[in-house]
Amino acid sequence: MLSIEELAAQVTTRFNHLLEQAAVSLGELTIIVAPQHLRELCFALRDDPDFNFKLLIDICGVDYLQYGVSEWTTNSATATGFERGVECQDTVRKEPRFASVYHLLSLTHNQRLRIRVPLNEARLEVPSVMAIWPAANWFEREAFDLFGIVYSEHPDLRRILTDYGFVGHPFRKDFPLSGNLEVRYDAKLQRVVYEPVSIEPRVLEPKVIRRDNRYQVGDEV
Amino acid sequence: MKGTLPEIRNYTFNFGPQHPAAHGVLRLILEVDGETVVSADPHIGLLHRATEKLAESKPYNHTIGYMDRLDYVSMMCNEHAYVLAIEKIVGIEPPIRAQYIRVMFDEITRILNHLLWLGAHGLDIGAMTLFLYAFREREDLLDCYEAVSGTRMHATYYRPGGVYRDLPEHMPKYKVSKWHDAKQVAEMNDNREGSLLDFIWSFTERFPQRVDEYEALLTDNRIWKQRTVGIGIIEPDQAIAMGFTGPMLRGSGVEWDLRKKQPYEVYDRLDFSIPVGVTGDCYDRYLVRVEEMRQSNHIIRQCVTWLRQNPGPVMTDNHKIAPPSRVTMKEDMEALIHHFKLMTEGYCLPEGEVYAAIEHPKGEFGVYLISDGANKPYRLKIRAAGFPHLAGLETLIKGHMISDVVAVLSSLDIVFGEVDR
Repeated sequence: MLSIEELAAQVTTRFNHLLEQAAVSLGELTIIVAPQHLRELCFALRDDPDFNFKLLIDICGVDYLQYGVSEWTTNSATATGFERGVECQDTVRKEPRFASVYHLLSLTHNQRLRIRVPLNEARLEVPSVMAIWPAANWFEREAFDLFGIVYSEHPDLRRILTDYGFVGHPFRKDFPLSGNLEVRYDAKLQRVVYEPVSIEPRVLEPKVIRRDNRYQVGDEV
Repeated sequence: MKGTLPEIRNYTFNFGPQHPAAHGVLRLILEVDGETVVSADPHIGLLHRATEKLAESKPYNHTIGYMDRLDYVSMMCNEHAYVLAIEKIVGIEPPIRAQYIRVMFDEITRILNHLLWLGAHGLDIGAMTLFLYAFREREDLLDCYEAVSGTRMHATYYRPGGVYRDLPEHMPKYKVSKWHDAKQVAEMNDNREGSLLDFIWSFTERFPQRVDEYEALLTDNRIWKQRTVGIGIIEPDQAIAMGFTGPMLRGSGVEWDLRKKQPYEVYDRLDFSIPVGVTGDCYDRYLVRVEEMRQSNHIIRQCVTWLRQNPGPVMTDNHKIAPPSRVTMKEDMEALIHHFKLMTEGYCLPEGEVYAAIEHPKGEFGVYLISDGANKPYRLKIRAAGFPHLAGLETLIKGHMISDVVAVLSSLDIVFGEVDR
């Protein structure tokens, strides 16, 4: 079994023309590839006996809209004390906003590999890998449902987890946690009705980012 | 009389979501030609609670409780993958005793899961007795959950850096009631006089015979074999292509178990073997899971022996992640500050991304965690083992009879808590 650095070197030399980046972090190899090269790369990763990534573990969408943005209006105490946490307001529109992330497993070499395909919001489309791994079917439907990422040439790209007739892509960072619509049974109409949510959005524990490395390991008590 | 046959059309109907064999809330749209299944389209998401999105709005430790509610028949295993991901990204290792406790409870959970699966699978095919037998043993194991965490199901027992508390010295006991008099209660409490470890030990002593009982009911049962042998066959290559893991993959003869291949915690110190099937039908998957229960029993016994001999801490002393003990908090200012920060804000993880997987009773259960340096996950993706299994249902049942749908579906070991998340 190759070490993860050796695998990284092997992947880099073999696919240098396709990759944007290959990096090892926390004992895991992540390679970044543009959508147009994804199919070629995946076919090779599956069929090349050096890699043999025959098992697709997972596909997941990621929305980087609020990456690194905290829900805290002040950083230091003011004359009136600390502010309360607020719903994340400042959304930094950085591109590429989305990513489609693939986790692969090679049973013969006992290796794992992560592929990230960065996607711009304007062109949220990535080729489907169903022809390579049939397991991609539902994973791609899920990422489409939750993030709106379109997997081109997927034969059956329907919503999977949300309700019939659902509007929007709920796992996007600009989709409210409590949703947009709520349902209740109306006794007069004798049916279930949809209404705008009555819940006020609020933040219980604000998201806070500490840049002072206080949580680094080896930092004694 | 006209010489033409009457027009025969395929018939499409709903299986579930309100069906006793739908294992929760599956809506399966079946198209049948006579009694033969032509196509099957599972509609899922009726139990979708957006666990991953909820996790993004809460400090890390608050999400441990949500993990229990994913696959609600193997609670602690779900927690395990989540805390492993946090530990991996922050780079801490729990004390060795905590690792043994986790392994022991993972295996208890595996037995819990397989017992429920076996009971439900039997019930679906028509073997009612087994369901009652399986729940008798589950009751003892749920008592172990209760003794250690205070709840029977949703334990929230594993924490980043270890486990919430050490194993208790006393087991909860039955009390005299209008249904049970003193003599009966004394009998019921017979194996509860010692510590939790003694109780688990007495369970492991009788459990192999109980498995023999189940096997006596099913393994050579003619009806059982008629319903399961040669039903829902999946070839190894196909199983891999469909993303199957766990008993679904091993039933087809692929020897792949993360406990052996990518050992986590102390699995590399323990002696156990991995059962594999031959044909990959429902019957082989049944045999694999039954043997896994025996192996789990064997692992639990090794853990109990080790835990009896090796007392020690069960939580890391890194108080940036784990709160200090309540006693220290009363005396030590620094400990009080740690406690206050952990309870109000939680802890921030370093920026990065990590994937941690465990051999869950149903297959590979993974947690993909992206941290942007905050006290909440930026993105949490749960790789549920049952999700690709259910996606492969159509491949498995095409061409079978309607009655086989139930047998195949329950041989997948589907729990909608984790499929829908």
